[in-house]
Amino acid sequence: MAEAVAGSGGGLRTADGRPLGEALAQAQGRARRRALLLVAPLLLFVLFSFVVPIGQLLISAFSDDDFARNAPALGAWFDENPRGSPIDESAYAALAADLKAAKENRTAGQMGERINYEVSGARSLFTSTARNADKFEPPYREAILAARAEWDNPRLWESMRQASSSVTPNFFLAAVDLRRSETGGIERAPEEVRVYQMLFMRTFALSALITVLCLLLGYPIAHLLATLPLRYSNLLMIFVLLPFWTSLLVRTTSWIVLLQSEGVLNNILVGFGIIGDDGRIRMIYNQTGTIVAMTHILLPFMVLPLYSVMRPIPPSYVRAARSLGASSWTAFRRIYVPQTMPGVAAGGLLVFILAVGYYITPALVGGATGQLISNLIAFHFENSNWSMAAALASLLLLAVLILYWLYDRLIGIDNLKLG
Amino acid sequence: MTGRETRVPSETANATFVEFDRVQKSYDGISLVVKDLNLTVAKGEFLTMLGPSGSGKTTCLMMLAGFETATNGEIRLDGRPINLVPPHKRGIGMVFQNYALFPHMTVAENLAFPLEVRGMGKSEREAKITRALDMVQMGAFAARRPAQLSGGQQQRIALARALVFDPALVLMDEPLGALDKQLREHMQFEIKHLHESLGITVVYVTHDQGEALTMSDRVAVFNDGVVQQLAPPDELYERPVNSFVAQFIGENNKLHGRIEEIEDGRALVRLDTGELIDATPVNVSAKGQRTLVSIRPERVEFKPEMMPDGAHTIEAEVLEFIYMGDLYRTRLRVAGSDDFVIKSRNTLTQRRLQPGERIRIGWAPQDARALDA
Ligand SMILES: Nc1ncnc2c1ncn2[C@@H]1O[C@H](COP(=O)(O)OP(=O)(O)OP(=O)(O)O)[C@@H](O)[C@H]1O
Ligand SMILES: [Mg+2]
Repeated sequence: MAEAVAGSGGGLRTADGRPLGEALAQAQGRARRRALLLVAPLLLFVLFSFVVPIGQLLISAFSDDDFARNAPALGAWFDENPRGSPIDESAYAALAADLKAAKENRTAGQMGERINYEVSGARSLFTSTARNADKFEPPYREAILAARAEWDNPRLWESMRQASSSVTPNFFLAAVDLRRSETGGIERAPEEVRVYQMLFMRTFALSALITVLCLLLGYPIAHLLATLPLRYSNLLMIFVLLPFWTSLLVRTTSWIVLLQSEGVLNNILVGFGIIGDDGRIRMIYNQTGTIVAMTHILLPFMVLPLYSVMRPIPPSYVRAARSLGASSWTAFRRIYVPQTMPGVAAGGLLVFILAVGYYITPALVGGATGQLISNLIAFHFENSNWSMAAALASLLLLAVLILYWLYDRLIGIDNLKLG
Repeated sequence: MTGRETRVPSETANATFVEFDRVQKSYDGISLVVKDLNLTVAKGEFLTMLGPSGSGKTTCLMMLAGFETATNGEIRLDGRPINLVPPHKRGIGMVFQNYALFPHMTVAENLAFPLEVRGMGKSEREAKITRALDMVQMGAFAARRPAQLSGGQQQRIALARALVFDPALVLMDEPLGALDKQLREHMQFEIKHLHESLGITVVYVTHDQGEALTMSDRVAVFNDGVVQQLAPPDELYERPVNSFVAQFIGENNKLHGRIEEIEDGRALVRLDTGELIDATPVNVSAKGQRTLVSIRPERVEFKPEMMPDGAHTIEAEVLEFIYMGDLYRTRLRVAGSDDFVIKSRNTLTQRRLQPGERIRIGWAPQDARALDA
């Protein structure tokens, strides 16, 4: 029947002779415009508080003009001489001019800092050379190399070449442990500074583990909540929500009290003689601490979507399955679980995304091995390396978006049920 | 596991198939929802449990299906006690009131489910599914999801799913409750037809007495956790054993009085307003006992030439005449009450009574049943 309407739909007209499609669009357009007006304030708010900052973040991840701004002469030289040209007298002349200006404006530290991200020691090289910049006479090459021989380093010059353009992908490269080689190609960063890939992996692995733990703990709770008479389930729901009413800091520190080596749990184990006094288990300030505390804190985000999906499932489905010959396990697996999938997916996505960006708990109880990528982002912010922090944050955002896209492809976003 | 629940040949028909033996059920440990239920269902029978809301019909069905446990007593299926058998091993098909079709499966997958859990092979499965769908004329809908079907179509699928694994016993809990009148009547016919052609035993729950009367071999009228009467439809309608059944099934005129005379199946009742009427005693026995005489509206006569010989007649005043198409329905004032109704067929010679008219009415003594008051 639907086909028949679609087939002849092109020719249909309203009673007063307008094409049906046009009339429909007009009639619905009015209602749509009114609806848009209604959401306009919220739309603007979201635009200014969300879209604009994220846009800025992305831009700052790509740009850093700390060097380019302060090195106009070098910039001009790099423009004229393509990559591979010899670093000759004219290049050193430009360097000398920029260093002179840097000395006057006291910007040598800023310039050096930017190069220092890629070539260690560059900051002190810049400041110390700039201190004597007034005294340089031509030929500049000899003069500068006499002051500090380290200037004769192709990597340094490649770094300056890249820094002289204010748009750079370098921060993104650095965020995945890559860097520009001397010849301008892309190579892996030296072994001892490769931390980001490992941290990203750890962040995703721990988040996945925490999500699975939340699911394992949350599913039975939500099921109990959904099947218990309302009287009891309301009481139980309060226990689930109780953590929300307590400060995050309090909850995290209470885990310290419980898990530290002189803590409650260790004391109990020692008290019962299960472990010796010198064999106290280290359960906090490491990955275990991060996992335990974050699982606890994120559990309600799993329970609530699950509960909201489970509550309206009538018991007659499982009963029907049982009457059709399915054992209670088969009925659970094939009838009940598939119907709770939207809740599992929503809870899983929610917990995972929250975990990936979690900062405060790993910072407090994670120790060295329990740090996540957010902790490193915070570290870069504290050290004013905004571009690096922005690049890491953008990558994180990208990863989450990819996850979201995958989810949509595999499960379908319209199956998501958050509450 | 396969084939164990397949249908039993019909030469054993009329043998007891389901048996409730002194079954009691309490949910809260304080009150009994089902009180001392003794009920047998023969093989191949269509038995309906009929009763007002809360009378324990669903509870009985759930105990039979295995979703509730009997607090006391024994339930036997084919001679075997099943109190301790889990639901999935009972091999009982069930149609739920809200259909309970699995929303995440297509129609074909819904039907395949009971066959899969029995470990049936793919080709055999498909043959059975096709047969079951054709049985309810839904062959074209195999690939649809339940949400894409109308209520009546979902109903048919639920029915097909309950039948696809060839259970010998099918339970239905108000399966037609959500359908409109016309569709309901059509489905009643189809269910009845399937019951006859498949030779299955059906226990059916409804609180629609019309449905119970048209479909069943026997009807068990429930009230307050007790079976009030268990009888074939005609007997239930014509010879109710107590005043609850009389009032619950069909329309009834009630007259209050006292037994004046009683002997060999005949009673003379003196109404509270003084008139004498004939009746058949049902569950009254002593002279002077209070009684409620119940008479069906269509069994009341008002034309003198049709009156049975020697019948007592009483005076009536016509209050209202209603034209109902195939019937005339006339409301009378009889023995001081205003709600005495008679029904007469709309034929060429039928007389239309006029409001205000005074007539005399009477009936054959078998049609007036003197019940406990
Ligand atoms: N799970 C339960 N827990 C406690 N009491 C129950 C439960 N199920 C039913 N009851 C009570 O048992 C009585 C009988 O219920 P039942 O569902 O068997 O009635 P029913 O005859 O099927 O009624 P209806 O026609 O309304 O479906 C009712 O008083 C009901 O309140
Ligand atoms: Mg019921």
